[in-house]
Amino acid sequence: MSEKIPMERHNYDVLVIGAGGAGLRAAVEAREAGLRVAIICKSLFGKAHTVMAEGGIAASMGNVNDKDGWQVHFRDTMRGGKFLNHYRMAELHAKEAPDRVWELELWGALFDRTGEGKISQRNFGGHEYPRLAHVGDRTGLELIRTMQQKIVAMQQQDKKEHGDAESYLKVFAEVTITEVLKESGKVTGAYGYRRENGNELLFEAPAVILATGGVGKTFKITSNSWEGTGDGHALALKAGGNLVDMEFLQFHPTGMVWPPSVRGILVTESVRGEGGVLTNTTGERFMFKYIPDVFKDKYADNEAEADRWYLDQDNNRRPPELLPRDEVARAINAEVKAGRGSPHGGVFLDVSKRIPAEVIKKRLPSMWHQFYELAGVDITKEPMEVGPTCHYVMGGVEVDPDTAAAIGVPGLYAAGEVAGGMHGSNRLGGNSLSDLLVFGRRAGAGAVEYVKGCQSVKVSDASIKDAAERIAAPFKRTGGENPYTLHQELQEITHNLVGIIRTKSELQDAIEKIAAIRKRIENVAVSGDRLFNPGFHLSFDLDNMLLVAESTAKSAIVREESRGGHTRDDFPVMDPKWRSQNNISSFNGKEVVVKQQKLPKMPNELFDLFDIDELEKYLSKEELPNNAGVRS
Amino acid sequence: MSKRVKLRIWRGDSKTGALKDVEVEANEGEVVLDVIHRVQATQMGDLAVRWNCKAGKCGSCSMEINGKPRLACMTQVANFEEGETITITPLRAFPVIKDLVTDVSFNYKKAMEVDSFTPPAGLKAGEVRMAQVDVERSQEFRKCIECFLCQDTCHVIRDHEENKKSFAGPRFFIRLAELDMHPLDILKNRKQKAQAEHGLGMCNITKCCTEVCPEHIKITDNAIIPMKERVVDVKYDPVRWLGSKIRKREGIV
Amino acid sequence: MALLDSKVEETGVFSAGRALLTDKTLRTDRWWLQPLITFTVLILFVIYATFRAFENKNYFAEPLISPFYSPCLSTVCVEGAAHFGSPIGSITLFGLLISPALFILIFPLGFRMTCYYYRKAYYRSFWMSPPACAVAEPHKKYTGETRAPLILQNGHRWFFYAGLVLNIILTYDAIIAFKNEEGEWGHMSVGTLVLLANATLLWLYSASCHTCRHTLGGRLKTFSKHPIRYKAWTIVSKLNHYHPNFAWVSLFGVALTDLYVRQVASGAITNFYFF
Repeated sequence: MSEKIPMERHNYDVLVIGAGGAGLRAAVEAREAGLRVAIICKSLFGKAHTVMAEGGIAASMGNVNDKDGWQVHFRDTMRGGKFLNHYRMAELHAKEAPDRVWELELWGALFDRTGEGKISQRNFGGHEYPRLAHVGDRTGLELIRTMQQKIVAMQQQDKKEHGDAESYLKVFAEVTITEVLKESGKVTGAYGYRRENGNELLFEAPAVILATGGVGKTFKITSNSWEGTGDGHALALKAGGNLVDMEFLQFHPTGMVWPPSVRGILVTESVRGEGGVLTNTTGERFMFKYIPDVFKDKYADNEAEADRWYLDQDNNRRPPELLPRDEVARAINAEVKAGRGSPHGGVFLDVSKRIPAEVIKKRLPSMWHQFYELAGVDITKEPMEVGPTCHYVMGGVEVDPDTAAAIGVPGLYAAGEVAGGMHGSNRLGGNSLSDLLVFGRRAGAGAVEYVKGCQSVKVSDASIKDAAERIAAPFKRTGGENPYTLHQELQEITHNLVGIIRTKSELQDAIEKIAAIRKRIENVAVSGDRLFNPGFHLSFDLDNMLLVAESTAKSAIVREESRGGHTRDDFPVMDPKWRSQNNISSFNGKEVVVKQQKLPKMPNELFDLFDIDELEKYLSKEELPNNAGVRS
Repeated sequence: MSKRVKLRIWRGDSKTGALKDVEVEANEGEVVLDVIHRVQATQMGDLAVRWNCKAGKCGSCSMEINGKPRLACMTQVANFEEGETITITPLRAFPVIKDLVTDVSFNYKKAMEVDSFTPPAGLKAGEVRMAQVDVERSQEFRKCIECFLCQDTCHVIRDHEENKKSFAGPRFFIRLAELDMHPLDILKNRKQKAQAEHGLGMCNITKCCTEVCPEHIKITDNAIIPMKERVVDVKYDPVRWLGSKIRKREGIV
Repeated sequence: MALLDSKVEETGVFSAGRALLTDKTLRTDRWWLQPLITFTVLILFVIYATFRAFENKNYFAEPLISPFYSPCLSTVCVEGAAHFGSPIGSITLFGLLISPALFILIFPLGFRMTCYYYRKAYYRSFWMSPPACAVAEPHKKYTGETRAPLILQNGHRWFFYAGLVLNIILTYDAIIAFKNEEGEWGHMSVGTLVLLANATLLWLYSASCHTCRHTLGGRLKTFSKHPIRYKAWTIVSKLNHYHPNFAWVSLFGVALTDLYVRQVASGAITNFYFF
């Protein structure tokens, strides 16, 4: 292409990459502090993957059970993450989640209500009390719409005050960011292009907030939309940031398994929270067999007690269907492998026997809809077939908990799924939406503080030229690799070799194969021109996914234990030695390098929230401070 | 179990374009979006199509399939006759960008024109109390996934480009209804504005918006008609108007 | 369809910038069937109703009165039909006597013409605005219900109230039908059932009306403060779902009731008495 590609130049105080819950919350915070903010969405405004969240937002408001409080939520989060969480993130999250939910109401959100008119809260896996604020099974949609409308409200205010709605807060829809730019070690902005026409965009901004979400599209069977290509993870790596614990991927236990075209689409955990039961092909309610020792005292070991729990939660233990997601996913995987799976390679999940049809349609409307329209299954009458699907990455950009600042890159921030540490080795359902809001807000505030103390930035012509050349490259090659084919090959590799159950030899194989694809990607060619060209778009996404896959495989091979979202066939148990280690990925320009780093030490007052017997299950003797924990 | 299906896909941009015939494999249980993706991966690498979640939750893959506004991810290939050619075009109420992708910025402009949610001053976070029955009506409208199929099918703008400046469209009528029925919203003049600024009176309730809504929101019966009745309350009902003057309140609590 | 041949080039789906397609619709189903059926049935009703309104006879056969002529308020009403006296006397126009039906039919006609369901039905089938979803309409300009005469559609509630009065009268007519031809109570004929069914259907049509739904509770902001009105609204909302069905069935009901009375009054059939 010889013609000159037009380039727009923009200048903002804060650039937010990603328009899901975290990105929009960050933008609101920064705008409220008086800064000029640009928001980048990869798709249309309001379509972010946050809309897919179904179950709810975890926040210990105690509306349904007043025994709940931040301490209990903190405990549940640490337990769910198998104590690999960054304690400070889990603490801030548990403390601030209720405020983040309540403020949504002031922005127009309409949650389902309790009899007293408070926000209703539902049960979910790993949460001791009913804790998830929800709107039927479309909570994520409510969150994204509320945030979207809050942005519009702020723009209307700006229009009143400054005459132009977009003068202080502007959404750039359908834009891909290809690079975070730095000059002398500090962030100066970002470069990208409009997906609509390929025109290039330069953003000069001293602070960039990554809120790009997850990496699911690296895998073949995933609940993620096409946007989950690990863009922020890759941008951070390339900008000199670190990724922490990328081996931890959450396979949601219940994705659809049939028909093939919808394989992986999420079946919300609320189905189990509302009383759904998992059975294998022999009709056995198999989860009772899979309660790990660390959870024995919290989960019912017989059907009678499990059933009673729905009516009396104080005097009965929870049904094992509500174990944390990693446990349930492994159990389903084991049942299918043992030949007790359903006809299409999953297990059965049934709500029809327990709940009247009209209640199902009211509480789980979009599930009913989804199965009826896509699989021809009426969930009020028959069971669903479900199996594990790649759902969430616990690993992500290493950040400072209080400010969400990316470690090692001044001016770079990360919040939401793209940030690591908060969820440890496994995320509890409902903790994602609250994570978005809590750390989205903190990232916004962190960026505001940073920008206040910075000079205006300027991007050098050399940086612009490099970034522009990189975008033009795929068009200059002819007869190269097809990006769609490479994407499929990558997904096969990750699915087969870096999936739910991993072994050293397969991981080794994966690392080599990923390296081979990396060579071939340098030769990707795209047909057509820059006008809304999906092949062109994929060639950049592919590059990001490869970096993520490499980081995941390399982290997975060194962690010689099984914990949360990382299961090694050759090291099947948790090892306290690894409990205190984070795997830190960085990028040296050629490949991902992984090294170990000690977890920060939890302060005594947080230790005291736990029973010492429980702590001893996870932590080695040396790690326990003297007199920590409570002996019951 | 795979079979061949015949597609006619509109390809082009804002200046030129035509329907192109193509044949592609389709497997059991696949939706139209799946076969479009297969065409993209194997035959037309630069075929432009918007999509995100592929589960009917985000409202991105809006297009017209055999002339009907639909989500491609929720349209089963099996629903078409054996041997039938499936015609796929972009939305026809909006300017096309390329292939199946249209410029839907009209909708974002209209969103900006609707006065935002306005709670009473001094309302404190955490102290809000609302009964379930009071939030249910607005909750139905908040199910909207902004696929804009209702906007696309509405003849007021589909068939009359010139009406776009004075007509907000069904998506924003449900937004207006949502806010007017929101227990915490205190803005009083939404009904007047609905009629005067958003073009509620242009709607002749022919219900195509309701027919195409993938979320099965009863747009006409539950939002547009109730809003029209509320407009009558404040504009065309002298008895009610007089009553509200005498009692010095909106009369609607 | 012939009406679709008048192609409007410059607006609508052929506007500049929209996807270049020459078809007014790409629908492959029989989208024209529904408007065609609606059109035909409504036209047949209009023809029958017009004929009956001007026929000015065979509308009363003690104790049955046709819904087209009830209440009969003119001095020209046949003997016994003027249950409520003759307050409007007799009116002639250009020397022609106006049929007593015309004074009354205005109200149910107005109620149905402004009904939210019938509006959809006739805008689609008569005015082709639009004929069906995603089928381009043949009109160059469109202003909807923003100006005269269609702005009068906003008067639906006044016709609704008038309709309620008529429902009461027709219910009264049905109760009177428990008399025999000599005016004695305690009898029941086929005609009694016909009038009862007609009144019931009309009540269902009115009760399921959008205006009724709005008036009973829809206009409230907070249902929880008005539990009885909320309950009423809930019931009407359920009925409202079937409003189109009631609209059609009650329309047939009125025509068939009138036909029955006509046949009895003209002596073509005898009104069979059960007791």
